[in-house]
Amino acid sequence: MEAASVSQPTQAKRRKKSGAVGSEPRTPWWLWLAVAAIVIFCLLPFYWLINISLKTGADLSGSDIVPPSPSFDNYTSIFENANFTKALRNSAIVSLVTTLLGIVVGSFAAYALARLQMRGKGILLAIVLSITTFPQIAIAAPLFRLWADVGIYDTLIGLVIPYLTFALPLSIYILVSFFREIPKDLEEAALVDGATHFEAFRKVVVPLAAPGLATTAILTFIAAWNEFLLATTLTSSPSARTTPVAISQFTGSSQFEVPLGTQSAASVVISIPLIILVLLFQKRIVAGLTAGAVKG
Amino acid sequence: MAEIQLQKVTKRYPDGTEAVKQVDLDIGDGEFMILVGPSGCGKSTALRMIAGLEDISEGDLIIGGERVNELGPRERDIAMVFQNYALYPHMTVRDNMGFALKLAKEDQGEINRRVEEAARILDLEQHLERKPANLSGGQRQRVAMGRAIVRNPKAFLMDEPLSNLDAKLRVQMRTEVSRIQQRLETTTVYVTHDQVEAMTLGDRVAVMRGGIIQQVDTPRNLYERPENLFVGGFIGSPSMNFLAARLEGDTIRLPFGETPIPDELRGRLRGDGNARDVIAGARPEHFEDADVEPDRQGLRFRAKISVLESMGSELYAYFDVEQGHVESAELSELAADAHMEDLPTHGSGDTQQVVARLSAASSARPGGEVNMLLDTKHLQLFDPQGGKSLTVE
Repeated sequence: MEAASVSQPTQAKRRKKSGAVGSEPRTPWWLWLAVAAIVIFCLLPFYWLINISLKTGADLSGSDIVPPSPSFDNYTSIFENANFTKALRNSAIVSLVTTLLGIVVGSFAAYALARLQMRGKGILLAIVLSITTFPQIAIAAPLFRLWADVGIYDTLIGLVIPYLTFALPLSIYILVSFFREIPKDLEEAALVDGATHFEAFRKVVVPLAAPGLATTAILTFIAAWNEFLLATTLTSSPSARTTPVAISQFTGSSQFEVPLGTQSAASVVISIPLIILVLLFQKRIVAGLTAGAVKG
Repeated sequence: MAEIQLQKVTKRYPDGTEAVKQVDLDIGDGEFMILVGPSGCGKSTALRMIAGLEDISEGDLIIGGERVNELGPRERDIAMVFQNYALYPHMTVRDNMGFALKLAKEDQGEINRRVEEAARILDLEQHLERKPANLSGGQRQRVAMGRAIVRNPKAFLMDEPLSNLDAKLRVQMRTEVSRIQQRLETTTVYVTHDQVEAMTLGDRVAVMRGGIIQQVDTPRNLYERPENLFVGGFIGSPSMNFLAARLEGDTIRLPFGETPIPDELRGRLRGDGNARDVIAGARPEHFEDADVEPDRQGLRFRAKISVLESMGSELYAYFDVEQGHVESAELSELAADAHMEDLPTHGSGDTQQVVARLSAASSARPGGEVNMLLDTKHLQLFDPQGGKSLTVE
């Protein structure tokens, strides 16, 4: 009671103060401090990566916050390495194909689960989602044997298939919730307007689910682009090796040197496509596209 | 443009419930047909069956002389306006209205010409490049109408198209819909639960209850000659008053007095002349303050006014009648639809509340008594069993 009556005048004062500045309540200073702390916490490792990638020779063992003699030698050297450029190409192919297939198959499956009347829909969705709980390490060894027998060991398609397996459940789950949000009336309106079921799906449902598709696409792409465990288990030669594996196999000038500079430079390079992708899709990911479809 | 015929059309769901039962309905070429009824009466289901969005369990649906039961919505050449408009939010108004034409592979010039013509009719020209999210409710409604009329289809189907608008706009759009339909002369089936819309818009009105059509007639005939209790109670606002009455020889005994059967009714009254219980229906406007019209013929009685509502041009006077309460499945369904079943005024004990529309010149006061006059020649009599009208052939 006492504490409340004491704090009241200060509160009133503060309100008066903020009221004088403007109608919007001002963001308190400690919130800005917290934001700054979080940003530093998140970005510091990446800054350190860039920092190392610009150092060469003896500087690498130092802990300077700013590289004393920055150089792009590490960057030029990794692009002269044929194994790395080949791996970049492999990563791009594997990730893009996985994403594309994932979106097509995922959206069909999710649409069916969201719209069609069928028995055991809930169980089916639960089973699909339970796949994501499998530890990858549990299937890595069996998959290695199986792929060797089937003859797709050390091929790109041998990577795309398991990546799809792990990407699809989450894609389907996200898309089901997006498709459910789309009013059924819109599809019926399209049908009455003369669309086939597929046209209604392609011209009305898919554009409206675009934020969901963008989200799943980006998640699938990131997962496939960064994947290491299966990539290292299921490949053995530069012809199918993806960048995370290739980077791990960088060698220093001697057996005893860790190739820290080149690895950092390569890590920075493979981060760039992801950053561009996220920035590109950011607007699409913001939902609210269905506003105005129905009375609101 | 085409005729639409429903022949013994039934909708049965997998669990056995029938939403629409053996409906027969002939909708003429260019006719404006209204399906009206309380919620859950099957009117929307019937419309969706005509559209092809619901399968027809039994019976035949014929549009323009062709049986279309097995055709999908796209092959039926009909346009539909949805209750929530169902505009495509990712398309501009222009693309929304042209979507059907684009699907039909019309060339772009023709699409533009027709969209712009429809926009001119609906006064949407300056909004063509906007998205639905940036339109007001009334504009969205007009876009939904526009999407239907650009196609020049065989028929318009409208599913409560005005129910999402606020009251004033609804009245405006009602006349708009009527004007457009008269101009285009396209066969229209219009579903509503609002009996005012039904009365004002339709060439003919089909009143539905529990999946069964109760009566199909012109608005005027529905009002003046309801074939049963349900239609009598549903059509008209304030609704018809129902009172327990008894037919004895040549007289009708009402709770507030006896009156000889008027000549107008005697000819039509069926029965064997034995005394029997009936339900009497009297519209509010057939009551009048006897002091205002002293020369008018009718049954006179004293009534104690409990509530008086002044509408400016007229007064609604509510009074209670002892021993006038009637019970019937039809009436309780109407009450339930209007969410009135819990109101104490409706069916408490044996008194029945009656509403009378009096002239504004009446001196009636709340709590005061008034000399009431009932014009008995407009009295409707219904059979308490089944609710069929005894006064309509």
